[in-house]
Amino acid sequence: MVQAGVAIVPEGRRLFAGMSVEDNLRVAIDHADRKGDWTLARVYALFPILAEKRNQPVQSLSGGQQQMVAIGRALLNKPRVLLCDEISLGLAPKVIREIYAALPEIRAAGTAMVLVEQDVGLAKSASDRLYCMLEGRVTLTGASADISRDAIQAAYFGASHAVA
Amino acid sequence: MLWLDALIQGVLLGGMFAQYALGRALMFGVMRIVNTSHGDLVILLGMIGISFATKYSVGPFVSLLMLVPLAAFTGWALQRAILNRVVGDDPLPSLIATFGLSIALQNLMLQIWSADTRSMPGGGIEQASFQLGPLFIGVLPVIVLVVATGLTTGLYLLLRFTRFGRALRASSADVEAAAMTGVNPKVIYGLATAIAVGILGFAAVFQGLRSTIAPSDGPFQLIYAFEAVIIGGMGSIWGAFIGSMVLGISQGIGFHINPGVGILAGHRVFLLVLALRPQGIFGRA
Repeated sequence: MVQAGVAIVPEGRRLFAGMSVEDNLRVAIDHADRKGDWTLARVYALFPILAEKRNQPVQSLSGGQQQMVAIGRALLNKPRVLLCDEISLGLAPKVIREIYAALPEIRAAGTAMVLVEQDVGLAKSASDRLYCMLEGRVTLTGASADISRDAIQAAYFGASHAVA
Repeated sequence: MLWLDALIQGVLLGGMFAQYALGRALMFGVMRIVNTSHGDLVILLGMIGISFATKYSVGPFVSLLMLVPLAAFTGWALQRAILNRVVGDDPLPSLIATFGLSIALQNLMLQIWSADTRSMPGGGIEQASFQLGPLFIGVLPVIVLVVATGLTTGLYLLLRFTRFGRALRASSADVEAAAMTGVNPKVIYGLATAIAVGILGFAAVFQGLRSTIAPSDGPFQLIYAFEAVIIGGMGSIWGAFIGSMVLGISQGIGFHINPGVGILAGHRVFLLVLALRPQGIFGRA
């Protein structure tokens, strides 16, 4: 998967417990076999708190900081496409805003992202295109800016789509 | 002075235990694989080494050069053929698989080498000693301790600072996440077991030199390695070394009190650690 240029930020973060922040990130650097722009220094610039805690074991970090490590680790695999599975799950709204604030910079670096997100407002503001899926089928798609909340609501709960 | 002698002999004995315990610390402490055939592998390698050294009349150093690569290959093959199939969150499958292997190895060795005890010809090194003040210290036990210290340092540095070490620690922490990050855990585990059993190649030569071995001796070696790792703390390489020292010193002092209680003294200290500090000296609670 890494070789194909795809990296994943898994649901629940799945960090390497017992290892320091920097060692977690280094595992990704060690096994990135594509060339790319992401370096340790750049990840630390994106999430300065990680530079401060680089030598601490990951399990001592807060949930939001751990999510930053998970994103940093995936970026250091130097992917063309970054898959983010529910990165706001279980985090405080303030922390979620901090993490989402970093996403435009990741996109600016030329890394495509697929976000799976349950918060519709957040998903709309952070993305270019939006897909609503219901029972495994895409029920609505379009540019994020053009899709209204009502349309999303209709796509999930509307009568137009008969659910067996 | 007699007590000092007991202490020094204990530390030197600890050097021997450390050579068993290091591979154990890597497999049990870091990878969480319960390899019950650990002790039998030492004996098997020792038997091969003794046959080789006797047949071709070579010294211990040449035996070491032959045996360590053979041991490493055995470890790699063991991991790829058997252990990679049973590795996982549940330690029971690996315990059962290696228990079966342990019985098979013991009987195989009885078939080939019979139940006789043997030892490795050392060309005089096994009896050599030097005087330090009023104490006489064996040359071989000192070499064993020096080699054990070197192996411990090397293994620690390997785990802590290399690409392989990080990949192994990552695989042990979360094998799926490691695979998602690009690590190939099966290859990493194969190499790790190659190192663990490769170290047993050293242990086999030194055990064969300092005493006798017989096909059924494996489980005793297993117990000492187990105890050393648990006294030191799971997952800590230096913990396994210090645990070996604690075990060696306990036995050394025990032997000094009464030759009959030496081994028992080691087991008692182990039980004491289990009761008072079950996570081990260097373990995190």
